[in-house]
Amino acid sequence: MGQLSGPTDPSADARWEDHPPRKGFFTDTSICIGCKACEVACKEWNHNPQDGNLELLKSSYDNTGALGASTWRHVAFVEQGQERVVQARESGRALVSLGMPAIGPPAPAADQDLSEVDTTPPDTPDFRWLMSSDVCKHCTHAGCLDVCPTGALFRTEFGTVVVQDDVCNGCGTCVAGCPFGVIERRSDGTVAVAAQREEPHAQPPAVPNVGIAQKCTLCYDRLIADETPACAKACPTTSIKFGDHDHMVETARARVAELHAQGLTEARLYGANELDGVGGTGSVFLLLDEPEVYGLPPDPRVPTADLPRMYRRAGMAVAGMVAAAALAFLRGRA
Amino acid sequence: MARRSFLQWPVVRQVSTGDLLGRGPSVTSPRTKALAPRTSTADRAVQSVCPYCAVGCGQRVYVKDEKVVQIEGDPDSPISRGRLCPKGSASEQLVNSPGRQTRVLYRAPRSTRWEHLDLAAAIDMVADRFIETRRRTWQQEDAEGRLLSRTMGIASLGGATLDNEENYLIKKLFTAAGAVQIENQARI
Amino acid sequence: MANADCIVIQGSNMAECHPVGYQWVAEAKARGAKVIHVDPRFTRTSAVADKHIPIRAGSDVVLLGALINYVISNDLWFKEYVSAYTNAATLVHADYRDAEDLGGLFSGFNPETGAYDTASWSYAEEAGDAIGEPGAGSEHGSDASARAAGHQFGSGGPALEHARVQRDDTLQDPRTVFQIVKRHYARYTPEMVHDMCGIEVADFEYLARAITENSGRERTTCFAYAVGWTQHSLGAQFIRAAAILQLLLGNLGRPGGGIMALRGHASIQGSTDIPTLFNLLPGYLPMPTAGRHDTLSQYLEAIASKKQKGFWADADAYTVSLLKAWWGEAANAENDWAYDYLPRLTGAHGTYETVMGMLEDEVEGYFLLGQNPAVGSAHGRMQRLGMSHLKWLVVRDLNLIESATWWKDGPEIESGELHTEDIETEVFFLPAATHVEKAGSFTQTQRLLQWRHQAVAPPGDCQSELQFFFELGERIRQKLAGSDDERDRPLLDLTWDYPTDAHGDPNPEAVLAEINGRHLEGPDAGKPLPAYTELRADGTTSAGCWIYTGVYAGGINHAANRKPGREQGPAAPEWGWAWPANRRILYNRASADPDGKPWSERKKYIWWDQEQGRWVGDDVPDFPVDRAPGSQPDPAAGGPEALSGDDPFIMQADGKGWLFAPKGLVDGPLPTHYEAQESPVANALYPQQQSPARLVFPRADNLSAPSAGTSGAEVYPYVFTTYRLTEHHTAGGMSRWLPYLSELQPEMFCEVSPELAAERGLEPYGWATIVSPRSAIEARVLVTERMTPLSVGGRTVHQIGLPYHWGVGNDAVVSGDAANDLLGITLDPNVQIQESKVASCDIRPGRRPRGPALLALVAEYQARAGTTIETGNRAVTDPAAEGIEPKPGGHGGAGGRR
Repeated sequence: MGQLSGPTDPSADARWEDHPPRKGFFTDTSICIGCKACEVACKEWNHNPQDGNLELLKSSYDNTGALGASTWRHVAFVEQGQERVVQARESGRALVSLGMPAIGPPAPAADQDLSEVDTTPPDTPDFRWLMSSDVCKHCTHAGCLDVCPTGALFRTEFGTVVVQDDVCNGCGTCVAGCPFGVIERRSDGTVAVAAQREEPHAQPPAVPNVGIAQKCTLCYDRLIADETPACAKACPTTSIKFGDHDHMVETARARVAELHAQGLTEARLYGANELDGVGGTGSVFLLLDEPEVYGLPPDPRVPTADLPRMYRRAGMAVAGMVAAAALAFLRGRA
Repeated sequence: MARRSFLQWPVVRQVSTGDLLGRGPSVTSPRTKALAPRTSTADRAVQSVCPYCAVGCGQRVYVKDEKVVQIEGDPDSPISRGRLCPKGSASEQLVNSPGRQTRVLYRAPRSTRWEHLDLAAAIDMVADRFIETRRRTWQQEDAEGRLLSRTMGIASLGGATLDNEENYLIKKLFTAAGAVQIENQARI
Repeated sequence: MANADCIVIQGSNMAECHPVGYQWVAEAKARGAKVIHVDPRFTRTSAVADKHIPIRAGSDVVLLGALINYVISNDLWFKEYVSAYTNAATLVHADYRDAEDLGGLFSGFNPETGAYDTASWSYAEEAGDAIGEPGAGSEHGSDASARAAGHQFGSGGPALEHARVQRDDTLQDPRTVFQIVKRHYARYTPEMVHDMCGIEVADFEYLARAITENSGRERTTCFAYAVGWTQHSLGAQFIRAAAILQLLLGNLGRPGGGIMALRGHASIQGSTDIPTLFNLLPGYLPMPTAGRHDTLSQYLEAIASKKQKGFWADADAYTVSLLKAWWGEAANAENDWAYDYLPRLTGAHGTYETVMGMLEDEVEGYFLLGQNPAVGSAHGRMQRLGMSHLKWLVVRDLNLIESATWWKDGPEIESGELHTEDIETEVFFLPAATHVEKAGSFTQTQRLLQWRHQAVAPPGDCQSELQFFFELGERIRQKLAGSDDERDRPLLDLTWDYPTDAHGDPNPEAVLAEINGRHLEGPDAGKPLPAYTELRADGTTSAGCWIYTGVYAGGINHAANRKPGREQGPAAPEWGWAWPANRRILYNRASADPDGKPWSERKKYIWWDQEQGRWVGDDVPDFPVDRAPGSQPDPAAGGPEALSGDDPFIMQADGKGWLFAPKGLVDGPLPTHYEAQESPVANALYPQQQSPARLVFPRADNLSAPSAGTSGAEVYPYVFTTYRLTEHHTAGGMSRWLPYLSELQPEMFCEVSPELAAERGLEPYGWATIVSPRSAIEARVLVTERMTPLSVGGRTVHQIGLPYHWGVGNDAVVSGDAANDLLGITLDPNVQIQESKVASCDIRPGRRPRGPALLALVAEYQARAGTTIETGNRAVTDPAAEGIEPKPGGHGGAGGRR
């Protein structure tokens, strides 16, 4: 029986034999140019439909809003003044000196105590524009997977979490199971089209997989042929990196250390701590501010982590009830 | 057969693989097992270049049954190293977009609507108008008797999105016809 | 760019507009290079740069001039490089007077024509005369036809009679270029930058230190620009200013140096090399102009003198080979190689002049080939009204763009100016093939030709331009067959016999082979030429575009070379083919010192190998390969033979990089700051407000806002600038029809600062109406701190950002008002590019009026500002202050001809 919390190798935990190393993303938001190539490359590869109603979302240059059934990569845009930059720099520095970020790593490198060093860069910008490409976290302990009653969601040999469209019955249990709000059922009729068209080349393709749960597959259908996921392949600046999860975490830690050494102490990791509420994530991020700023939960927790304890309690309750019933029966007999 | 089917039952697979929670190989569907990326099932991959800006990123165009099924970056390109921007990543939609026009349309003078024309007929009509306008607007020489040998009645705009070979034929044909007002985005 | 130690991006939003190219900037930055973005807006480029410096749109020459001044006055210029490789030591004619002396005008300005006679800008001759243009007589620079000249020097410098220049190698003579440059920029100070650009002195110093500390033997700085520099009434001078700075810092011809032009269309470079442009023939040969080039010999004399240095001296071979490529046997020595088959120019016939020609019913037929001027060209209303005057319009595109549908759903239908039932124009929409449905080559922004193989056949009626124009030519020639009219000879004699496939479509490789050129006689007759140096002026060679000769060398399509980048060095010479001669960095002789040694190990690129007696290195040397560093041939020898061992700028007539341009520009030999056609700021440097030689079009449908200091300027108090977003492409023809791109940026918006929003009561994400003297448009409001009010000359200047991708029509996935409708038409006189990066407007909350009320609103503003066709259209701002006698009853019209 597999684990429901704590550090583990999720593929082995799901009983894959001779599986390849766990795969994952490292999204380094410090070099993201907000071009959204990842969003388009993802939709194009997965044939996900356009969503939204073609209006400005009132959120800087972000017009897709959030991850959802049809948007599996999403770029957030956050505009900030100097005060916030100073705060982020302070909070990032504190994370390092405490050694325990909320969900980040206990590092960069424990031997580097940068908290005492004056690493204020020559000029703190009076303004900044954060961009960050979000994606499914492919948690070590995935709530969506653990609550799925049909076996539609499964853990792949690469340690990722994937919905099988042909198995999913659209019950939606997984939607509540995800602590990041990533997985969603696809609704129909999302596609707005132009008012009138002369002789369309072709009918717009029917929206696939309506009503069933949809999310990033980490391009499972590319990984099996040893190809890079579409978003990481397209990313012009390598802000999205793809590779073995251990290597990604290592790279991410080194990058945070590098930025801290430059005085950019606002840098911190997200998802790289295997002791967190989801056992660490397959997709790790380098952020330049608190997770909430990017719309990410600061302390996500997989709901099924508590299952064993709940089952134990429920088991005791059931035993008690059985005992009580038995007692009542015996008394009745008596 | 019955025995094999029985072994395919998820619950049996859960027990036999040890995946008691039903999260791994025991629940993969036949479709999942048969997955293959369309880049590997394509009939061919053709090297191309992105049609948007002038960086000139390499593209690979995957073709299946004479239809473009996927366009992505060409990792061999020393310019782009396989990467594409959102526009380049949308190239497949540019080719297969439902909004694209693939038939000739014609709007007659004072008409309020389009009508269809046969392609050959349309080109023939354009050729006739070209010749007629050229004759009507021909300038052989200027007021001082210097050679002009041109028409100011025919103009063209465009070329920056087109191939070198196409620009060459456009410039060659128009120049031979005496049309000088040939321009493109480079002026803009 | 990946090799640069400092990258200044100015006049470009590179991360947004060239994201994949930006990977090289990101890589340089990761290696420690400093990246500085100078731009009116804080963009996605600024977000990933080390520093963003906000600048007032159109003030770039002040900043660049101040950097030049900083470099010279702090003695930070690269002395060995400047002394040996530039024209710093060359003496200029005694009659030359600088803008510093004449209130902002250079010597030679004619207020009657609004143009310069450039004679006094020439290099000095031994006897005190000037080195003129060959064969130009007295006409240079003084008539309208010369205005078409600027763009013709795309691959080299303009002609000089010869290269025997006068030099003072001590650089002390006040007539040396160096001293003239030094004096010219003496008043371009950090304080002036603060006053005119709105840039803090500390920010200026940061920038100045960054570029000077990262230049020299060991380090190089690179500049990158795009249309943020070109789309101004003095756009060519913006780029010249950067070139002067880079020459002084020794950053040209070296790895990690240079000035990177970031172009916006897949083959916009190719369509300039093989020009679909009115003033050029392939390979930057000029189109002949009546009165200057009436005969072939006049033409050849005017392009280049046999006595000047460098490869332009062989322009006769390039010209004759082109005529042979086009007219084959019909081009012979007796008829001057069919030179009279070429039509003649009589002035500027650019796209804006063409539109005005439409309005006057001179133009009957118009082809639009993958271009959407109803949305993408300045003054959209004039574009659409112009098209409504056509007899016939052919639109060839992928989608039903607004330029194809304006007759039924354009803004003028809504405003009531046009009625569909009254429009006589016949419109043909012919669907085009996409890039994967045809084979051919694009030339990208670094002059690299890359072949695309055809993946699939075009669907339905779709055709490539190659197919369409081949077929159109066939039909025209068939219909004219047998004609004895002389004017039809050029069409009937045209070489048009391309091999076709089973569908009758021409073979694009055969066209490329014709462009490359071939031997016509001798044992190699019919074989492709290996290099342009093989071209001859005696009719024994043909070449459709001489700079592309070599792309088909050996009968191999080198544009299709595809050795993976990871299997070759950084120059990747076996991927595609770069003109000329597959060379990746131009003028790379300058990467070595005068003795031929690399300036430093770190910046090694091309050097002289004494043992081999030739130039070697990581690229194809851009120099006669066996010309030793110390050679001093007689400059009178002419051509490549005359190049000294230290003349790296081999296409310049004297082999040197030009700090001062004695020829080739029509609006001044040195970049000089003038305000835009419309500006709320008075020029603090000179009494002259705008560039005196700019091209204006004083017409009732092209009114300008009053500039600072004249009444009515306050009616249009704000500056607006137009730009692109990553998610769309130009006028939207290839992006607004795609759901995946449309959803990312669905609506037209404007970007304003919180301060401006407060001043005008603009609600975030509500509607605003922007009004210029040409039109009014509506947009959603993005209130953002990315827009910074600037303090300029003691007042606050607000800038408004307007992306220009949207247009009004019913076919696209997303539509909206077009920013270009707000623009007027004022052009750079060198290149006829419009000023679209800066203009004046007002902004107010709410949507724009519909129907005729829209026109009434625009008219009400015009009346309130008191703007007339005279407004802003004087060539000389204040004749008295600039030493020009005012003429009673008139003022110099600055060159407008309509």
